[in-house]
Amino acid sequence: MKTRDAISWIRDEVDPKLRSWEEFYRNRWQHDKIVRSTHGVNCTGGCTWQIHVKDGIVTWEMQGLDYPMLENGLPPYEPRGCQRGISYSWYLYSPLRVKYPYVRGALLDLWKQARAQHEDPVEAWKSLVENPESRQRWQRARGKGGFRRAGWDTMLELIAAANIYTIKKYGPDRIAGFSPIPAMSMISYASGARMLQLMGGVSLSFYDWYCDLPSASPETWGEQTDVQESADWYNAKMLAVMGSNLNMTRTPDCHFAAEARHNGSKMWVFAPDFSQVAKYADEWVAINAGQDGAWWMAVNHVLLKEFHHEKKVPYFLNYAKQYTDSPYLVELHEHEGRWQAGKLLRANRLPGYETIENGEWKFLIWDAAEKRPKMPMGSVGFRWGKEKGKWNLLMKDGLDGSSIDPILTFLEKNDGIVPVALNDFGEGRVVTRSVPVRRIQTARGETVTVATVYDLLMAQYGVARGLQAEYPASYDDENHPYTPAWSEKYTGMSREMLIRFAREWATTAELTDGKCTVIIGAGINHWYHGNLMYRAAIHALMFCGCIGVNGGGLAHYVGQEKLAPGESWAAIAFARDWFPAVRLQNAPSWHYVHTDQWRYERDFTDYHTVPPADGNGSSSAHLAHGHTMDTQVRAVRSGWLPFYPQFQKNSLAVVKEAEGAGAKQDEAVVSYAVQQLKERKLRFSVEDPDAPENWPRVWYIWRGNALMASAKGHEYFLKHYLGTHTNTISDETLAEGSTRAVEWHKHAPQGKMDLVIDLNFRMDTSALYSDIVLPAATWYEKADLNSTDMHSFIHPLSQAVPPSWESKSDWQIFRAIAKKFSELAEKHFPEPVKDLVASPLAHDTAAEIAQPEIKDWMNGEVQAIPGKTMPGLKVVSRDYKNLYQQFISFGPLVRANGLGAHGTHYRIDDEYDSALKTCPTVSWEGKKYPSLLEDEHACNLILRFATVTNGELAYRSYKEMEETAGVPLVHLAEKNRGVRLSYKDLQAHPHRLLNSPMWSGLTENGRAYSPFTYNVEAMMPWRTLTGRQHFYLDHPLYIQFGEHLPVYKPKPLPTQYADLKFSKEVGPTKMLNYLTPHGKWHIHSTYGDNQRMTTLSRGVEPFWMNDHDAADIGIGDNDWVEVHNDNGVVVTRAAVSARIPRGICIQYHSPERTYSVPTSPLRGHRRAGGHNSLTRTRLKPNLMAGGYGQFTFHFNYWGPTGCNRDTHVLVRKLPELKW
Amino acid sequence: MNVRSQVSMVFHLDKCIGCHTCSIACKNIWTDRRGTEYMWWNNVETKPGTGFPTRWEDQDRYRGGWEKKKGELELKSQNKGKALFNIFHNPNQPTMDDYYEPWTYDYQNLFNAPEGADQPTAKPISMVTGEYINVEAGPNWDDDLGGSPVYAKNDPNLDRLTPEQREQLFATERLVFFYFPRICNHCLNPACVAACPSGALYKRGEDGIVLIDQKRCRGWRACVAACPYKKTYFNWSTGKSEKCILCFPRLETGQAPACFHSCVGRIRYLGVLLYDASRIEEVAKLPDDQLIAGQRSLILDPHDAHVIAAARASGVHDSVIESAQRSPVYQFVKVWKLALPPHLEYRTFPMLFYVPPMSPVMASKDGGVIDHVSGDLFHDIEESRVPVAYLAKLLGAGQENKVRYALRKQKAVRWYRRALTVGDVTMETASRMLAEADCSPEEADAIYQLTSLCTFEDRFVIPPMHREEALQMMEDPLEHKASAGFGFVSAPQRGL
Repeated sequence: MKTRDAISWIRDEVDPKLRSWEEFYRNRWQHDKIVRSTHGVNCTGGCTWQIHVKDGIVTWEMQGLDYPMLENGLPPYEPRGCQRGISYSWYLYSPLRVKYPYVRGALLDLWKQARAQHEDPVEAWKSLVENPESRQRWQRARGKGGFRRAGWDTMLELIAAANIYTIKKYGPDRIAGFSPIPAMSMISYASGARMLQLMGGVSLSFYDWYCDLPSASPETWGEQTDVQESADWYNAKMLAVMGSNLNMTRTPDCHFAAEARHNGSKMWVFAPDFSQVAKYADEWVAINAGQDGAWWMAVNHVLLKEFHHEKKVPYFLNYAKQYTDSPYLVELHEHEGRWQAGKLLRANRLPGYETIENGEWKFLIWDAAEKRPKMPMGSVGFRWGKEKGKWNLLMKDGLDGSSIDPILTFLEKNDGIVPVALNDFGEGRVVTRSVPVRRIQTARGETVTVATVYDLLMAQYGVARGLQAEYPASYDDENHPYTPAWSEKYTGMSREMLIRFAREWATTAELTDGKCTVIIGAGINHWYHGNLMYRAAIHALMFCGCIGVNGGGLAHYVGQEKLAPGESWAAIAFARDWFPAVRLQNAPSWHYVHTDQWRYERDFTDYHTVPPADGNGSSSAHLAHGHTMDTQVRAVRSGWLPFYPQFQKNSLAVVKEAEGAGAKQDEAVVSYAVQQLKERKLRFSVEDPDAPENWPRVWYIWRGNALMASAKGHEYFLKHYLGTHTNTISDETLAEGSTRAVEWHKHAPQGKMDLVIDLNFRMDTSALYSDIVLPAATWYEKADLNSTDMHSFIHPLSQAVPPSWESKSDWQIFRAIAKKFSELAEKHFPEPVKDLVASPLAHDTAAEIAQPEIKDWMNGEVQAIPGKTMPGLKVVSRDYKNLYQQFISFGPLVRANGLGAHGTHYRIDDEYDSALKTCPTVSWEGKKYPSLLEDEHACNLILRFATVTNGELAYRSYKEMEETAGVPLVHLAEKNRGVRLSYKDLQAHPHRLLNSPMWSGLTENGRAYSPFTYNVEAMMPWRTLTGRQHFYLDHPLYIQFGEHLPVYKPKPLPTQYADLKFSKEVGPTKMLNYLTPHGKWHIHSTYGDNQRMTTLSRGVEPFWMNDHDAADIGIGDNDWVEVHNDNGVVVTRAAVSARIPRGICIQYHSPERTYSVPTSPLRGHRRAGGHNSLTRTRLKPNLMAGGYGQFTFHFNYWGPTGCNRDTHVLVRKLPELKW
Repeated sequence: MNVRSQVSMVFHLDKCIGCHTCSIACKNIWTDRRGTEYMWWNNVETKPGTGFPTRWEDQDRYRGGWEKKKGELELKSQNKGKALFNIFHNPNQPTMDDYYEPWTYDYQNLFNAPEGADQPTAKPISMVTGEYINVEAGPNWDDDLGGSPVYAKNDPNLDRLTPEQREQLFATERLVFFYFPRICNHCLNPACVAACPSGALYKRGEDGIVLIDQKRCRGWRACVAACPYKKTYFNWSTGKSEKCILCFPRLETGQAPACFHSCVGRIRYLGVLLYDASRIEEVAKLPDDQLIAGQRSLILDPHDAHVIAAARASGVHDSVIESAQRSPVYQFVKVWKLALPPHLEYRTFPMLFYVPPMSPVMASKDGGVIDHVSGDLFHDIEESRVPVAYLAKLLGAGQENKVRYALRKQKAVRWYRRALTVGDVTMETASRMLAEADCSPEEADAIYQLTSLCTFEDRFVIPPMHREEALQMMEDPLEHKASAGFGFVSAPQRGL
């Protein structure tokens, strides 16, 4: 049979001879090898990929499909991988690839000259940086071309010399490194961090800096972020998606939402624009930008009124009693006839409890049976006491073990009704609402007036419950917060729709025991008041028992990371195997201070609404006024936040000085330093950041784009860090006279950084502006590990081909720098030196109960006690000439101390000893250590010593936790005790993570991970003050800022925000709110510059604006536009679309300045910038609180965030295109 | 009965996330070469929108597909009298402006620029000429309603709407879009095959894949003009035309085509359909309103004993018949009638079918405040933002009732699952919805399973290709085993 004709004109061909040409395409498909790898930065997708190699060249990648199935009734994970990931192979051989080391020509020339004159490289570096002319020579050339190829040896020597010089002259804490989101390629992250920490340098945080840290999560749960894996969306019967664009940013997970709909789940999408995910919505709520808080506040009003007060849904009320702080007693204080909600009533105030351990950190609820306050177990006081076994959620009294039947409300039985003053920030007034109270005798015989958190919530949300004063009469009362009618003026959405939503929400939760999920992200979190919007949505979940159940909860996805094998990884990454103290810096504070962005604004109350001054007293302890910088200084001094450099003196010199003054022991060194601080002879660097001795000097950037994608206030980075050109036109003296706690310099320094080193596989903006660019291996050229919270598997990165050209893996590069550093140290640091390390009070340590009140040692209000009323101080001994040996050796401290994270602990001595026998080892100075020489060695040690990949260690960790908690836990690990995963196992196929007490979800038998199921089911406390989920935040700072109760705060107005003070309208212009959500064609700027993604988008990162707005000022689609404000300027093309509402504009995060960026006529025809050219960050001061339960610092976990969404810009058509 | 087997496809538009992973999976493997840069064998379009090449659905402009003239089928692009003339001059060819000029950037400038007064940048350069260019078009230019006043508003499928309705589609209350991924439809009555003057195009006998013989193609480009979907492309480097090959080298080794494999929205299904080739011509001549029923009637029941016997008689392998019996495409297209062919009025009989998408409820605006027009948990499809008339133009050969049927059934399945899994809807209501949608509970369960819980193996039922039998016609497979791969690979010669 040959050709067959179906119809006369259609040929069906079967003749094999005629079809022999078909091999043309078969030849292309044939390939030589498939290797498993993934993509190692920024993206939290964590997809497993098959890298196809043909002729020794990576030709393409396809998704791996071999994920183990989850439980029955859940869709499978295959395939995972998106348009960005599948275009990665382009980079390997592209003209954008950094193939060799590059150095700024001006620097190379100077270096060669200096080396010709100085035999010692350190002396050579000294001669360059101490000469202002030569230092400025390369600083001013930054970003302006003139790169030259250089040899590895030359570069390593220069870098090592700069490190040694900086340590000797200023101290190791002037050397900093930035690399984001370790989970995605954790070995690569660990490489630089480990080298820096061994040196005494500084690691900068990222999650808070990106403003991706949802502050409401630590506020509510004491947890950085713990979220459901995407498969659990499928279990949700109601999905509310807000500020998160699943199609774009959760591409490989999105199908779970789509598929849930076909299983009868309802989906609401909240977005001002018709975002891509709105396509799936049953209802798209076209809410006004940044007004989601008003929506949820009013939803909560309906939930409380109908389902709590009227219907009294048993599931909801029982949940509230058991798992939230709603029954806890809050002290009320009278002030001029009105009552104010204050702190939680402390157990030790009452007779019977006054002498208990940590009584200030144990709290009370009203027992229905005994009609008196009782003290449930599980609070932070039980966690950090000597007495063990009572840190659990059992409803039992911590003193006598009697059971407690919590009362939620005093509405029925009370000692009176009092008028409580509540802030209405929307209207800028105080309303007074009736609240039922009890009066309690204290041990000292005082009478205190208390209300339950629950009753305060009812009052705050405006649910009258028959009470009279100042409650709204009905849902239609638009003058009272927080009715459905009230919300309309902010959201633009009808009250009827809101009420319907609330009813659907609560009904779904009631019928399914809490299967309502909020999927949320940057679209909400990046606002200045993002924490309040989050909290409002979280309350809707808590009111309906949706937290800690499969199918329910807050699914926050933006920049979140989940470094699953956290215990062993952190030990390696932060050199905890060698040193007990680390220098971890919250980047928002660091950049705000060091880039001098604080100098460009006045008091935060210009834009941040706070309660009127009269109510809460206006003593010096009152911090809700003034300049953010002052709060920042206060936070450092009080140990709430870290800050590096620590002191205006070299931290090595401080120890020497102390020893010179007779201090022999470490304690004496610390005492000496404290005394010096008290006498103001030793000053914190943060008090005078513009003085040269307090500048950061050497900066490593790897795996990230610190100078563009994540540089909020990018133009200030260029000006004050780099000392090169800038397009800001703002005034650097705006803060003059507004700050008090900081030294004022008339002129801000420019060019603080001596040397900026970038490790990169592509020439992005950070590389372009760095002094040295080192060629990094791509993600298909090295061994590494990858985990995420989007799913519950752990993946390897593997070497499909060896590092191309002269590139090396990050691990190899930092190892090489360490080696050169150690060589130079032979001369400059022949003996170990002592370093005094300051670090803030830390979450998950006893420092959570350090500061019951805000008291300042500097004013003598309290003793200066390191680690309690001020930063902790620790002396460590650095052995610089052996730094390389330490780098490649898994050090002895872990063997001695064991491992743990999030407050867990387990011993590993036997595992360590067995690793010495079965793993590669290194030996030096007569001792043998498990080897960290190679990337793969590090992978294997991490897997071997982590609970999620070593079942025996998980078992141990649960076992130890049982002692603290007093509830059974080891059953969660029993089945997995034999599991032990290695790197090769992961290469074979994806493996699911084991249950671990480090994490709050449970995954046995294919169950989808949902956070806090561990807490709910095993009765384990949240890591908060009460151990319960917190509605009420009684930190004094929160009370001062009026955020102790959930509130709506208005968005900062553009006139108050100081972005448009100096910018002028030239020609037809519009002012628009500038949003930078995550985009479709890039992950941050990665992928955005590759040929696939530029082709499928528009060749630039366009400026999306409304079609009518555009028409108003004569802008057509694809016209060039000039977008500017005081901070800087962007020139790009317009994408004109009806999809965008009027008044806002979008430039997706994030463009590069490196391609297709013309010059700006408004700024003297200088090259225009990227999206962060238009931003400047502000820090929210109440997020700086510390030393108090969940308000205690942890790296990337707590602290102010680098918000940017309230920015406004001016846009006009570009009059003249010039490159 | 002349039974043939065809590897056929379903794309579930309700699940499509518009990510274009499919497009790049394809590009990486097949069209990354010189001359093919602008080809997107697989592309994804935003609808409403004008697509790629721009306004490809405007057959007044491109004259693709078939038309009925005096009861006969003729290619719109050529009739017998004009065919020869058109070989040398085809006025209906898309130009580079209708596609785009592929570009890259002068990235090397970032490395090589000498030190200057300002920052260097990499300007866009043409991949055709190497010169600097002004980028004004791309293969996905109107993505997500970008440039909606220029593109979405000029979507040919909006023809049936009144000017007011069209305007309204771009107001907040009605605003909507969805995604429309496209590959070659591997039609039963492919205009490209019929149009080729060189006889270089053919349908593979065993699976119906439409290919352009890279040896026989002479680059006349008649196929480009004739394909109403604009899914054949001219390779300006080799001078031959190329098109989607449905990844036959992957299918032949039991693997799903790359765009199917990579579909992260899990919207794609693939399986064998058996059809009656003897009736194609007759059905292709039916009036527009009977085309969908007509095409469905060509598709045969693989469980029917007569069909099986006839298939065997036509040389269809038993294993292929078994594969057809498990085909998810058969379920979607023939049994459930959920999937519809694109623009069947072009009469090429696409073998790629689409499940039409649901969309959010419409809104109304009163006093500056927005409300939704329905208060139901799941709104009625008439209250959805995408007008049924629009979908009918795209997928229903103009027949709204076919689209409505498919949407109703999807909606009914959701009510039914809601009743089962939550209970705020009674089973009575759900049953009524199912009955109205012509769907039994069993069918609803099956639809739910294949839509939501489907595994890779459920979505892609790839028939055995029996390469050993194909090779046997030329050489001993044992010999092939020993010698496969030896030989010199040479690139195709340009032109003749």
